[in-house]
Amino acid sequence: MPEMTIREAISKGLREALTDDRVFIMGEDVGSYGGAYAVTKGFLEEFGPQRIMDTPIAESVMVGAGVGAAMGGMKPIVEIMTINFMLLALDQLVNHAAKMRYMSNGQIEVPVVIRTVTGGQLGATHSQNFEGWFASVPGLKVAVPSTPYDALGLIRSSIKERDPVVIAEHAMLYGAKGEVPDEHYEVPFGQAKIRREGKDITLVAHLRMVNVALKVADQLAEKGKEAEVIDLRSLRPLDVDTVIKSVKKTNRVVVIDENWQTGGFAGELVSSIQETAFDHLDGPVGRVCGLDVPAPYSRKLEASVVPTPERVMETIGQLYGL
Amino acid sequence: MKVSPKLDKSQVQELYRQMQLIRQFEEECSRLYMQGKIRGFLHLYIGEEAVAVGAIPTLKPQDYIVSHYRDHGHALVRGLDPRAVMAELMGKATGTSGGRGGSMHLFDVSKGFWGGYAIVGGQMPIAVGLALSAKLKKEDRVTVCFFGDGAVNEGEFHESLNLAALWKLPIVFFLENNLYGMGSHVDKTHAVGRDLYLAADPYRIPAAQVDGMDLLAVREAAAEAVERVRSGGGPVFLEAMTYRFRGHSMADPSAYREGSEVDLWAKKDPILTFKEKMQEDGLLSEDEIAEIDDEIKEVIEDAVRFGDESPEPDLDSVYEHVYA
Repeated sequence: MPEMTIREAISKGLREALTDDRVFIMGEDVGSYGGAYAVTKGFLEEFGPQRIMDTPIAESVMVGAGVGAAMGGMKPIVEIMTINFMLLALDQLVNHAAKMRYMSNGQIEVPVVIRTVTGGQLGATHSQNFEGWFASVPGLKVAVPSTPYDALGLIRSSIKERDPVVIAEHAMLYGAKGEVPDEHYEVPFGQAKIRREGKDITLVAHLRMVNVALKVADQLAEKGKEAEVIDLRSLRPLDVDTVIKSVKKTNRVVVIDENWQTGGFAGELVSSIQETAFDHLDGPVGRVCGLDVPAPYSRKLEASVVPTPERVMETIGQLYGL
Repeated sequence: MKVSPKLDKSQVQELYRQMQLIRQFEEECSRLYMQGKIRGFLHLYIGEEAVAVGAIPTLKPQDYIVSHYRDHGHALVRGLDPRAVMAELMGKATGTSGGRGGSMHLFDVSKGFWGGYAIVGGQMPIAVGLALSAKLKKEDRVTVCFFGDGAVNEGEFHESLNLAALWKLPIVFFLENNLYGMGSHVDKTHAVGRDLYLAADPYRIPAAQVDGMDLLAVREAAAEAVERVRSGGGPVFLEAMTYRFRGHSMADPSAYREGSEVDLWAKKDPILTFKEKMQEDGLLSEDEIAEIDDEIKEVIEDAVRFGDESPEPDLDSVYEHVYA
């Protein structure tokens, strides 16, 4: 099976999407620059300026024009360089894109795909993780691929959607490699993936935190304990069932989220777990999140903010004595 | 479309009918609001009728209209069924959005009416996107985006004008300047001053100002703007100077406006002035006016009856149209 990076998998998915005449890509520096993360490198030459459109740095109209063009029968893919800049387009995404179908009683569909980049190591205003925020909005779908296989599979599903999709790609994962089959496949929304099976504890994560969870599983294995690692793959719709099924088997669970703890997505998961599987738990549902501080610039400080295998191990030890 | 300066009798009657339909519909809405049959925000278009009635009939059926939260007038002129609009305002299942939208969110895509949008300026990027789709698909469609003076200060306004100008999109930016963003006069809120069409200048978008109380002036300016856009010349900006005779919404007693100012604008009432002029020109008679007024009375009574008798949406339907 061929191996590729997440960057290559996303590029492959976008190239496939562009075989549909209704699809076009727009965003800041997606054309001659090739995209800030080089995902659309070479696309302008390949598809031309009618399909690959550089926009001004104006996030509201980037997203809004994508929404409007989708309403008019196109299938726009909008690239917002980082999820931090999405805040400038929240009106278009939350007040409009997510509401159109409902407010119009089904008269209007908004098949727009918004690709953006979450996480990172670039200081307070460029390293945030807002994908969980978007997941709280009815009417939006949120994809969080952590492997090349899922990135391609989720892009394929996104292009087929009739509702707005946000794909949060992680800045630190573009170079991550993995196997991607030649045969066509898709990854549906709302289907978590068990990355590693185990019977002693469930670890739930998405994007970069999946790798943290896998490292924790390795460390637990050295102690003779088997962790089950669940990669959510999409935050909305959310596959709670897979998580609950696992918790009923392991009776222990820790949720890992790169975002801040307060009001974060991890809290939503913790709540769902205890509501549904309370009687199956051997202890409190654990949660390891980014510290509640703006991302610091110093490498040393920054390393203390993002959840690490050590912090997760510590929490597991405290809650479950493993 | 070139508008002949000389209207025939049937055109005059139709234009009068449309303005009067809006006026009486809005008056009825006001009453229904006081009775509690219409809830939430209700922004009346009374006083501004000449803008919608001047502009919208210059469009082709395939053209896109995007409006703001004061959207009843645009919807009615575009031919949305008064029954469905009234039912929507009453939150009924038979409304334009089955009671999911409300006064600020009327939609009828089958008539090219792509919605009322309730975040000031929020409709503008979407309208730009609709225009973009028309251009990419090489369709003969003009998008007309209505917005108020308040929107001119929003970032979305500037982002939208810039992109539309840059990409030469087929869109008319139609500013309805009624001088007040809710309770604040434009003099207090706009550095550019009262002539807000000047805000289009940095983007090199051709712009003009027109008397929004004068139906024929609006009609002529709109027809010219739409024709220019349709011929592929890129966006055009039109500002209609107008005035709302009521408060911003039903919750607003409008205490911030001087009585003398209100009186002055009342003399420019677009319906009265049009009626008088057409009577002078022998294009509209007292009998014809009475006949139209009676007909409208019936249309509105029928719409209210329809709304009253319509069922509320089924509780089980609350999740309909939500897929994520």
